[in-house]
Amino acid sequence: MLICTLTSIAQSVGANRIVPALGIPHPLGDPSLSAGDERKKRRQLVQKALQALTTPISEQTIF
Amino acid sequence: MVRSLRVVHYLNQFFGQIGGEDQAGTACQVKPGPVGPGLAFKALLGGQAEIVATVICGDNYMGENLEQTSLAAAELVAQHQPDLLLAGPAFVSGRYGMACGAVCQAVAQQLGIPTVTGMSEENPAVDIYKAHAYIAPAGKSAAKMKDAAQAMVKLALALAQGQEPEPGSYFAQGKRRLVVREASGAQRAVQMLVELLQGGEPATELPLPNFEKVPPAPALTNLAEAVIVLGTEGGVTPVDNPDRIEMSMATKWGRYSLEGLAAMDPERFTASHGGYDNTAAKQNPNRVVPLDVMCDLAGEGVVGSLAEFFYTTAGNATTVDNATRFGREIAQDIRARFQDKVGVVFTST
Repeated sequence: MLICTLTSIAQSVGANRIVPALGIPHPLGDPSLSAGDERKKRRQLVQKALQALTTPISEQTIF
Repeated sequence: MVRSLRVVHYLNQFFGQIGGEDQAGTACQVKPGPVGPGLAFKALLGGQAEIVATVICGDNYMGENLEQTSLAAAELVAQHQPDLLLAGPAFVSGRYGMACGAVCQAVAQQLGIPTVTGMSEENPAVDIYKAHAYIAPAGKSAAKMKDAAQAMVKLALALAQGQEPEPGSYFAQGKRRLVVREASGAQRAVQMLVELLQGGEPATELPLPNFEKVPPAPALTNLAEAVIVLGTEGGVTPVDNPDRIEMSMATKWGRYSLEGLAAMDPERFTASHGGYDNTAAKQNPNRVVPLDVMCDLAGEGVVGSLAEFFYTTAGNATTVDNATRFGREIAQDIRARFQDKVGVVFTST
């Protein structure tokens, strides 16, 4: 699966399981947050990625 | 009088009249003159070109050691000092297609002569070798031999005479060349727009690349038993970038150890990618490769385990061919290490 911000590009090149990210230069981070909050957000996104891996799909899907 | 062109033809064991599947392990050999389908090519080539030799190799012998054996076949081809190589046609046969593609590529690189093969668009070798050989579209089976031979001969003779082959007479190779047009880009664009507004269908000057579609992988049934593999195209590497992965137009990918680490340490990892501001990634590479939270989740038993390495490259102006190759190679590398219970989490900047 792919975590990325530009989900339309991911779709056009053929990624199947796509999870929208937090930003182009920091897909799994947000420098404006405190370290603790940022890490919490990263964990949520990774959990969503894991959920995508366990979800059966038959076509390209943005989670 | 113009000298007739010297042609070498490459065939597999079946078309080379050595035998069927039981002979697929046959090593490369050379027979003088045309063999099997070579006779049809000889008739089409007429007096313009002569098949001086046929190189034949079993599909398994070639396929099991493609790189080395195709180079050996190219050396056999070179001994006959050809002006042109014809290979196949391979129709929809994957193994034979790979063999024809690899031999064409090796000969083109070693001898710098045009190499022409023929395949059905459904042959997986088309995508792999179209940039390295001229591949004429062919039917799915040898029932279409005559059409395939005609298409290959026409293409080969055009190339040998230094002519520009017709668009559509081979699978596009993704090469850019300069051409001179009388009307400027602005004029042509407006002309296209006008045509479109009038209900016409102007032909594009820049067809979009045809990205390979891959069927979705089956879902993981039990995360707690799965190995998770991390990867990125965000240019994250060990600080010394040991393999010199290019920050733009990358030609390689890397696999680096995470053994014993609980997070991506900025003292050990950096980011060099020419397509985005690397500051945030350098400060905390977990923002691109989320090792810290993944380790937490593995520790809590949410996932079975985490691979002790990650994959990386810099996806900035990377050619589609290279990117496709990276994907294929990384997938093979993962497959060689883990069986079915593996989940891959890649990130993109």
